[in-house]
Amino acid sequence: MLEQKEGSQAVADAVALCRPEVVCAYPISPQTHIVEALSDKVRTGELAPCEYVSVESEFAAMSVAIGASAAGARTYTATASQGLLYMCEALYNASGLGLPVVMTLANRAIGAPINIWNDHSDSMSQRDSGWIQLYAETNQEALDLHIQAYRLAEELSLPVMVCMDGFILTHAYERVDVPTQDQVDAFLPSYSPRQMLDPGDPVTIGAMVGPEAFFEVRYLMHAKQMLALDLVPEIAADFKDAFGRDSGGLLRTYRTEDAETVVVALGSVLGTIEDVVDELREQGVKIGVVGIKCFRPYPLDEVRDALGHARRVVVVEKSFAVGVGGIVGQNVRLALSGGGPTVYDVVAGLGGRPITKRSLHALLADALADRLERQTFLDLKADIVEREVQRLQENRLSGPHAENMLRDLGIVAARPH
Amino acid sequence: MFQVRIHGRGGQGVVTAAEILSIAAFIDGRHAQAFPSFGSERTGAPVVAFCRIDDKEIRVREPISEPDALIVQDPTLLHQVDLFNGLAPDAYILINSARTFDELGLGELCDRFPRERLIALPATDLAREHLGRPIPNAVLVGGFAAMSGRISLESVAKAIREKFPGKLGDGNIAAATAAFELVQRQIQEPTHA
Amino acid sequence: MPDQQIKFYQAGSFVAGNRLLPPEQRSVQSRTERSNTLTSGHRACQGCGEALGARYALDAAMRATQGKLIAANATGCLEVFSTPFPESSWQLPWIHSLFGNAPAVATGIASALKAKGRTDVRVVGQGGDGGTVDIGFACLSGMFERGDDVLYICYDNEAYMNTGVQRSGATPPAARTATTKPVGPEPGNVFGQGKNVPLIAMAHEIPYVATATVAELRDLEDKVERAMEFRGARYLHVFVPCPLGWGSASRDTIRIARLVKETGMFPVFEAEHGEVVSVSKIRRRVPVEEYLRLQRRYAHLFGPNGHPEVIQRLQAIADRNIKRFGLLADATEGADLPGPATDSAGFPAEEPEPVQPLDADSNLTRLLVETHGSPR
Repeated sequence: MLEQKEGSQAVADAVALCRPEVVCAYPISPQTHIVEALSDKVRTGELAPCEYVSVESEFAAMSVAIGASAAGARTYTATASQGLLYMCEALYNASGLGLPVVMTLANRAIGAPINIWNDHSDSMSQRDSGWIQLYAETNQEALDLHIQAYRLAEELSLPVMVCMDGFILTHAYERVDVPTQDQVDAFLPSYSPRQMLDPGDPVTIGAMVGPEAFFEVRYLMHAKQMLALDLVPEIAADFKDAFGRDSGGLLRTYRTEDAETVVVALGSVLGTIEDVVDELREQGVKIGVVGIKCFRPYPLDEVRDALGHARRVVVVEKSFAVGVGGIVGQNVRLALSGGGPTVYDVVAGLGGRPITKRSLHALLADALADRLERQTFLDLKADIVEREVQRLQENRLSGPHAENMLRDLGIVAARPH
Repeated sequence: MFQVRIHGRGGQGVVTAAEILSIAAFIDGRHAQAFPSFGSERTGAPVVAFCRIDDKEIRVREPISEPDALIVQDPTLLHQVDLFNGLAPDAYILINSARTFDELGLGELCDRFPRERLIALPATDLAREHLGRPIPNAVLVGGFAAMSGRISLESVAKAIREKFPGKLGDGNIAAATAAFELVQRQIQEPTHA
Repeated sequence: MPDQQIKFYQAGSFVAGNRLLPPEQRSVQSRTERSNTLTSGHRACQGCGEALGARYALDAAMRATQGKLIAANATGCLEVFSTPFPESSWQLPWIHSLFGNAPAVATGIASALKAKGRTDVRVVGQGGDGGTVDIGFACLSGMFERGDDVLYICYDNEAYMNTGVQRSGATPPAARTATTKPVGPEPGNVFGQGKNVPLIAMAHEIPYVATATVAELRDLEDKVERAMEFRGARYLHVFVPCPLGWGSASRDTIRIARLVKETGMFPVFEAEHGEVVSVSKIRRRVPVEEYLRLQRRYAHLFGPNGHPEVIQRLQAIADRNIKRFGLLADATEGADLPGPATDSAGFPAEEPEPVQPLDADSNLTRLLVETHGSPR
């Protein structure tokens, strides 16, 4: 049924429709509306039977999820940013043990400096954790991906995180089509565990594994992610049959058939990019977009196929590996290694700085004129940075960077002398 | 696409105003996107919310820098924050105030923008009268419906009902309707500035 | 059910032989149909108090739940010695997740069972003092606060033993560990630190909190079974000597556990909803020296360069416990019990037997030298 609602509410609806038996989450901006909505649904009995556990930290959240999933319950949690880092040890534990937990990640920047706005640094920091990572472009897709995620997770016995841009999607009201319980039940059968703590058939889970077998257990995780490369599109196709719309999959191409320039991105910024691309197309520019939906496992072949024919690829990403450069850019180059298009890395939108059509137009104009640097930081206020670097050179006790820069920007009042 | 930017202070229901606007547009069968400019919300701090309305799917996500309509819930912001930045040349401006644009010190706006699109509406007073509380958000949405013609009053009423159940909803609908009628009258007599 | 031959053991000097008790009061260890939950073949050290305590506790829990039990175990000695790849000595469903999350994992299991309507199946969380008092403390408190239906058992050997005997929040004052060596002005662990987790558990007002030692194994079983009569969060803190980490003789494990109680250093009691409801009285009070002497981790307190004033401070702690918990029996209660307070039949109370000299080249020797100085 079509509804106009907040992204968080849509996700809570989707999760409830999946019939989780244990929901355990710790509140953190910008995920709070999701967990609040789920707590309401459990209280009223709309979501039953379900145990809602108010955990004392994100580390506890993922740990409770591990216990619940190992005991055979379909389990859900959600977090963002600092919370994801706090549960880091448990993330690896969940994937290492092969537990099909599904988690919403409301993408938010990681501090310091503390920042509650959107970027992809959190999910990117855990890209090697063994979790499958899916990225939603719209609230509809966020809703849909949770339903697909449970099927994916439970088939492979691997945990899945559904990434959706914090605030930009979680707090945006837009039109969504919320499926019925019958539709979801038909698509998502009840959880049938591959391993389960059951007094009727005792097993030992989580024993130490030495050099004799660790390698093989770890490799199996990789093998499962390789299977996901086949399963993700399969599930997306099934989803389309059942619900009548395209959602998920490994990646999505937009006007790339004859494109000389292709922009690559993840998440909600794809919408803004598509608008810009349409405007450029009207001017006769041969430009298209590739939206990567499944970042882990990384769809190497699909990315190569989608980009191989282009002359230039502009990767616009909300993430950044300090000391190296763009992360998605690196992964795109990997797919294109051995010739092909020139790849430009653009880091944008960190800490929630808006990515505007105006900036994108200027960026792409430079790209089309081959004026772009290999690595660009979109809308970076370089003068503020230079002033701070200057300060560092002048004075040993130069003070906290953030405060100094905010003062330069006029956001913080001048220090009285 | 029609873009609305709403300014106010934390605690005045600015975000809810944008949401109601988007729900009303949805009920009218259109696509709408509403979202706040997010901050560490605290009562009294300046808050901005956005709403886009279109007949096709809205894909863009950036904050609205060139609004077609401006709603100002709190006139104390007028000379503190640059509210009028980026306004389209034929923009609508709706300000919550019992005073006129001239009295608010905004006379020069009347030269830049079409007069019938500049409305000062005593929304807080109407809210107090019909709702018993000085929360002007839904009221202003009612006024906006009349001013812009982009959403129907009927849909605004339904949207309000979705957001506010019971007596709260009744009061808000009454206030919004009063605002709608007031603005309609004002538009018919262009002597408000 | 296991089909191996089970040996019977004489249980100790003051415990009536099992065959003299009515069947339902006998130790579960005396039955052929005991679960043998932690079965033999694990790699614990000779004389490991934790292995002993865990075996008794879990078999008792399995009896109390008719075998419908799931365990979540923290990283530590128990987890490591019980699951040496590719073997496991656990005969119940058992999960090890991380060091600091055993209480939370247990909560997760209990929540899943509740959602599935399987509240006949019960949950035990367990770990050493490190995983309970320190790194697992937040999860433990969260589990208590929510009242999750979990019995958490802490096997307290008073240091991070698995990683080489480093100090934990449960390490007592003056004790030597790898990070609190007897050097400097305050030899051994400092005074004024440490957490009393049983008291903290009581402050959460959970239904049942109890302490126990491996000297009174029937009492330990009893407490586990009592704990299983409650629903909600329950906590059991078990004192388990570690011969390797404490530098004690492996055959002294039970004796040391008896002495820690008889000196007053470790109060043995039960509490319900934050109030102490029963105290296990000291039968024949003993000065702390008798307890300390058996452990090389306290050796620096004795001898020509010893610290009698530190021993006095430790005695003061024991005295305070005795007063606070009312640990002394009346004159009419037990003061006239036969025999020395500390020993099973045959061992002289005064002089500990000489320890066999260790092979100078063995890894064990090296470890002892590192943590305790030259071997005896």
